[in-house]
Amino acid sequence: MKVHIDSERCQGHGRCYDLAPGLFGADDEGYSKVLGDGTVPPGSEHEARLAVLNCPEHAIEVVEDGLT
Amino acid sequence: MTAADDRFIRDHREDRTDRPVGTRSEVVTGPVSDWATDFSHVEPEWAADPYPIQNDLRQRCPIARTERFGGGWLPTRYEDVAAIAYDTERFSSRSIIMSNFRPPRELAPVGGSPPISSDPPFHHDARKLLLPAFTKNAVTRQEPATRALCHSLIDAFGEQAVVEAASDYAQHIPMRVIADMLGFPPEDGPQFRTFVENTLEGVNLPPEERGARIAPLFDYLVAQVHDHLDNPREDLTTYLINAELYGRKLDPSHVVGTLVLLLIAGIDTTWSAIGSSLWHLAKTPADRRRLVAEPGLLPTAMEEFLRAYAPVTMARLVKEDMRWHGVDMKADDWILLSFPAANRDPAQFDRAGEVVIDREINRHAAFGLGIHRCIGSHLARMELRVALEVWLQRIPEFSLADPSAVTWAPGQIRGPRTLPLRIG
Repeated sequence: MKVHIDSERCQGHGRCYDLAPGLFGADDEGYSKVLGDGTVPPGSEHEARLAVLNCPEHAIEVVEDGLT
Repeated sequence: MTAADDRFIRDHREDRTDRPVGTRSEVVTGPVSDWATDFSHVEPEWAADPYPIQNDLRQRCPIARTERFGGGWLPTRYEDVAAIAYDTERFSSRSIIMSNFRPPRELAPVGGSPPISSDPPFHHDARKLLLPAFTKNAVTRQEPATRALCHSLIDAFGEQAVVEAASDYAQHIPMRVIADMLGFPPEDGPQFRTFVENTLEGVNLPPEERGARIAPLFDYLVAQVHDHLDNPREDLTTYLINAELYGRKLDPSHVVGTLVLLLIAGIDTTWSAIGSSLWHLAKTPADRRRLVAEPGLLPTAMEEFLRAYAPVTMARLVKEDMRWHGVDMKADDWILLSFPAANRDPAQFDRAGEVVIDREINRHAAFGLGIHRCIGSHLARMELRVALEVWLQRIPEFSLADPSAVTWAPGQIRGPRTLPLRIG
């Protein structure tokens, strides 16, 4: 399972890096970026889903393995 | 003086007389006859409690109309508010305060207070200049001073049994933080309150009087610019004076317009968010006790306060005549872009009308949507979190001293302006 950010939609609200700081970070302008390759480590699935469901811009997706 | 300083030598009021004049509409005040056809966000009924009005309109319109302010529309569904926020092709930000004055079309795409008043493509470039100063990481630097200020405000309550939480607590926090960031004297705070009120309220005053009330804000900011030219320092004002766009230093009206935005936009809004949250906790002992017992829940609860009591409503101007979601909009009609109404749409939120402090999924629009997402949102969240953390640590027991004495700001920024709280 991986997280993916649509950078066209991201406006830098920062909900994802507030709620899932292990998966997301901010760039120098506050826009979100995926940390590493976006792989969600075991135990972080809930955080990943919180980030998806709280993004006001619908900019984050969770991509299940095998569907990429 | 360097050559660049010549930008600020001319009287800014002369600059303003060069501009096209804009259009004025007849001032209409008094009780609203029907909220669906005659809405007014500056009447006392709206200020006291806008949510039943918005809920009713959402069911029966859902886009309300008014002939006041020269004509405008009030969408009340989340879906419509979001669609307008995203559609910068058909809705302009050249004025974001719904009043009886429409700035001239020539003012687009810059607008009077870039980037909030700007349209693409200029908007992107003006915003990019400011973003680095307002990231979550950057605003963390303000947190220790904010926390110390909150403690000192509570220390100053002394032995009072009843304290004024809006004017003696909530108000001071954003004022001091933005003064620090802009490099303005902290003791100027009380003047800022007057500037804010004169800019955001009084939209139904005669235009001449409104203009006269706003002028001292510009005079103050120009004086601050000159002080920073003479004594450059590490703050946002010096940064803006030196900033460049398209290979040139900024137009003086851009510098001063952005200072207006930074000074005004962060004060009333955050003050309102802090005040509304304290008001809710004062009248809801179960939520207050739970947050005292579970401080880790505060970040989640805070998002719910922002959803349910979103302080900010924006405005847009329709660019061209069009049929839009079932209504006939005319060029230069206002759109009152109510993020508070969007945030209570049952089509978007379960239990939309309730405050659920452990709401885990909360895709609210309190800071707007799309390219104009509040640039100060990370700063506002830090201030709100610290203000509530310190209050709940220091004053875990409190209640409304007199519910009928609570007053709310009229207009586009809504929050308590009088909030007497009984301690203990």
